[in-house]
Amino acid sequence: MTKVADLKTFATKIRIETIKEIAGIGVGHIGGALSICDLLAVLYGGVMNIDPKNPCDENRDWLIVSKGHSGPALYATLALKGYFPMDTLKTLNKPDTILPSHCDRHAPGVDMTTGSLGQGASLAMGIALGNKLSGRNNYTYLLLGDGECNEGQVWEAAMFANNKKLDNVIAFVDDNKQQLDGFTKDISNMGDIAAKFSAFGWNSQSIDGHDVEAILNAIKSAKENEGVPSVIVLNTIKAKGYKKWEGSPGNHNFNITMEDALQFEKDILANE
Amino acid sequence: MIKLANNIDKEPIEMRKVYTATLIELAKENENIVALDADLMSAIAMGDFAKTYPDRFINCGIQEANMMGVAAGMSATGKVPFAHTFAPFATRRAYDQLFLSAGYAELNVKVVGSDPGITAQLNGGTHMPFEDVGLMRLIPNAVVVEPTDNTVLKFVLKEAAKTYGLFYIRLSRKNSTKVYEEGSSFTIGKANTIREGNDVTIIAYGIMVKEALLAANILKEQGIEVRVLDMFTIKPIDKDAVIKAAKETGAIVTTENHNIIGGLGEAVAAVLAENAPIPMERVGVNDVFGKVGTQDYLAKEFNLTADEIVQKVKKVLERK
Repeated sequence: MTKVADLKTFATKIRIETIKEIAGIGVGHIGGALSICDLLAVLYGGVMNIDPKNPCDENRDWLIVSKGHSGPALYATLALKGYFPMDTLKTLNKPDTILPSHCDRHAPGVDMTTGSLGQGASLAMGIALGNKLSGRNNYTYLLLGDGECNEGQVWEAAMFANNKKLDNVIAFVDDNKQQLDGFTKDISNMGDIAAKFSAFGWNSQSIDGHDVEAILNAIKSAKENEGVPSVIVLNTIKAKGYKKWEGSPGNHNFNITMEDALQFEKDILANE
Repeated sequence: MIKLANNIDKEPIEMRKVYTATLIELAKENENIVALDADLMSAIAMGDFAKTYPDRFINCGIQEANMMGVAAGMSATGKVPFAHTFAPFATRRAYDQLFLSAGYAELNVKVVGSDPGITAQLNGGTHMPFEDVGLMRLIPNAVVVEPTDNTVLKFVLKEAAKTYGLFYIRLSRKNSTKVYEEGSSFTIGKANTIREGNDVTIIAYGIMVKEALLAANILKEQGIEVRVLDMFTIKPIDKDAVIKAAKETGAIVTTENHNIIGGLGEAVAAVLAENAPIPMERVGVNDVFGKVGTQDYLAKEFNLTADEIVQKVKKVLERK
């Protein structure tokens, strides 16, 4: 499934299922989930070497969603790929669920537990290093938020990855320009994130994070680099696809009814 | 079965050298064992490990938080990481990483924190953890141990290597007091009864085991028969041994190179309060920060001495 049209359709499905999933509990981190759906579609739609029937295969590619509050988008993707039944999405944040709001590795296909921002970066480097030492040729993909890059641990991990020549790491930064309290430029301005990674010795690219073809090409280009880790900064819009919330204040976490979700589905399909 | 050393003497070899030698031995048997450090490789004498297994020794530089996350990530791929730095940085500084990336995520990380409490000596208050045991006890399912001597250290490292989960190994770098002979066997979570007695029990770990034995000698001369338990596993605490001691001796004094808040004393007090309430006293650092000085000076300054234990035993016996 690497045809661009198929990836776009997959991204739309992920958005719809993410919104329905969150509507099932009535509230959630919607903005940052919707901004990463195109990336998830590309990764799980053909780039990653994975087998939903064997989620713990040691030779698989890994994805660490370090911005753990975007768990619902990852869960929707995994359900659509068949890691667990679609109905499981209805249990999000409900008693005894395997799907808590923040990513949890106990759910099939979720490669790492995250939620305390910055920590996924170090975990990803450990996974990449462990796999390298074991002679595996797999990739570790890491997804960071732009707000998350406020955390010092991200930069410790960035320094480490370059020092240890972790060229099996491809990181993405979901640069959606917003963090919980407002616009990143007003809260804690990260400036040019790609340049910062470059300064840490990474191979850096900056692309439209909603263009699946651009994402595909950027990953392909990243894989051609040897000896250094790669980062792809995704220029994105928070709450992408949910017109009335796109890039607007307060879209980090908000209430949503099932009626809203059905309307969202109708609207997004109409805009296909 | 334990075999006790005849005298209260120093071990001939430093604990850090035993740590490195044992880890090299374990790494030979298990190719998944890796060692990490945060620019304190020389302090823990890991040069030989790094030379023997250059790919399996990861010096992270001065980044403790990242090191703990990297260790947790490596363990997710099947590695068995031993991550070392000074105890305050291994625990306090990287606590959220240990709590979530290692503990909550149920990964297989072995944390080695060196220079516990007053053994930090001339590095002073910034490097002197009296809270690390308390912090690590608060992480669900974490195993918290302080090896008493070289024989216990070797046992603990072997157990940690083969037991899945988060271990915190609190480690003096220098020469410990030899308590056990080679060939002794131990169990994680089980206290060692290193002296029998029925008048009172002293429960100790780490450097305070020696002080407990010295105190027991002094008290014997005064006609008081002291039981001494080496509680080298602080978590899970050996409830059975505590309850047995309470029932058979009727009074307990705990002693530790740690704040009396959060440490062994509180763990024992909880067992007693819920199972066998009897008088108890605690010898430990009385809720103050560390400070600079030699170990002997600091032991007196913080009342971590056999004399203090003797005083507390007398006090607890009055309450019995």
